[in-house]
Formats: sequence, C-alpha cells, structure tokens
Amino acid sequence: MTLVLVFVGAMVGAPLRYLTDRAVQIRHDSVFPWGTMTVNVVGCLVLGFLAGLGTSLPSAVAALVGTGFCGALTTYSTFSYETLRLVEQKAYLYAVMNVLISLIAGLGAVFLGYALAA
Amino acid sequence: MSVDPDVDVHIPAQRREMARTHGGVLAVIGVGGGLGALARYGISLWLPTTPGHFPLGTFLINVLGCFLIGVLMVRWGQRPLLRPFLGVGILGGFTTFSTYAVETRALLTPGDVPIAMAYLFGTLAAAMLAVLAGVALMRALTRKPAEVAA
Repeated sequence: MTLVLVFVGAMVGAPLRYLTDRAVQIRHDSVFPWGTMTVNVVGCLVLGFLAGLGTSLPSAVAALVGTGFCGALTTYSTFSYETLRLVEQKAYLYAVMNVLISLIAGLGAVFLGYALAA
Repeated sequence: MSVDPDVDVHIPAQRREMARTHGGVLAVIGVGGGLGALARYGISLWLPTTPGHFPLGTFLINVLGCFLIGVLMVRWGQRPLLRPFLGVGILGGFTTFSTYAVETRALLTPGDVPIAMAYLFGTLAAAMLAVLAGVALMRALTRKPAEVAA
C-alpha cells in the first residue's frame, strides 16, 4: 500500500513541477531558473510542515504527500544541471545566486513549515 | 530552460511554445516520476536516515541522480518524449530537494551542526561534481569537440 501511495503522490508531483516550471519560465526573459527554485521552495515548505507535525502525521499521508508528492515536486538533478549550465554560459553571478538563494530559501521554507505546524 | 533546454526564452515565439503542453508529455513525466520516487523510497528503506547521523541514503540518491542527468542531457537531450520521461520524470522524481532541506534542519541541533554543514555543503559539492562528470563523460564518449572545449 505504501508503494502505491508513494507512486501516486509522485505522479502528481512530477507533472506539477513541469507545469510550474513552464508557467514561471514563460513569464520572464532571463536565464535564471526561477521555475525550479519555486517548486523546490514550495516543496520544502510542505515537507517542513509535515515534518513539524511529527508523530501525529498518519504514515499514509507521509508516504503520499511527503515521500511521493514533495519528493517528486522538488529536484536536485535539475537544480545542479541548471547551475552547471549557468556556469557554462559564464553567468557566474547567476550560478552563485541560484545556489545561495535555493539553499537559504529552501531551509527557510522548512523552518516556516515547522512553525506553521506547531 | 530546465524542462526545455532547446527553447530560447529570449525569443517570444519560442517562449510561447513553452506554454503549450501535450498530454503525452505529462503522462510520461507522471509515470517516470512515480518510478523515480519508488526507487528513492527503496533506497531510503535500505539506508534509512537516523537522527544525529549523516543522511547517506539521500546523499547517494541526489549525487547519483545528478550524475545521470548530466549523462542524459548530453546523450538524449533532444529526444521529445524520452528526455522528459527520464529527466523530468525519473530523475526528477528520484532526486529530492525537500528531504535534503528537512534532514539538514533536523541536524541543526547544538551537537550536530558539523554534520548538518557537512551534509548541506557536501551534497552540493558532490552533486555539482557529479553532474559535471556526467556531462564531461558523455561529451568525451560522443565526441563533440566543440562542446568539450566549452
């Protein structure tokens, strides 16, 4: 049952990442990967909230929304690939900003999620 | 840029092209994402994250996924359905930023800050080296001299 929940959650999370990335990227004229940053920060907020609920979180919800949905909504592979692309395009400032903002905003979103769950 | 590296967002006509979405692409991304997430879940059972310890399972998942996306984007970067299935779907579903951030936060307790920092920056460094290695390896194997020089 857990396997089904993880799969179903990810089946929603991964296409939502794709659609969000498109929706964000068509709205600005820049090589900066705002789309991936958006899904990563939103996923951190949701997973932070779930983690903040602690043991009161039903295991089925953890599998469906946490492992499945949040895990698939967020991505490290696209984050690292886009950072490498920025470096190869000699957009060094963007590359550094992408890393710093992603880490700070991602961790900040986790803390905010925890606070909201408390 | 991430999902469609062949689309130049500076050209309005190409940017609009990104607004159109085909159901088939969403379907393969959904299935790929589900499969990637199952693989991640399997590894998390094999190498579970325990409080106060370096989250090795998630670390390996993210570093492996970054190496593979480097390989994928050089070798199969132009395939219309295969690329979203493998890249956005499987590798996107496999790797995770949210678990990484939550695990880092959990390690930010007085005694575990060094582990938190090692995990936070160790994953970043290893992931960047892995994607670079994947790209460099496939460029060398597919012999694209112009890109190897880049």
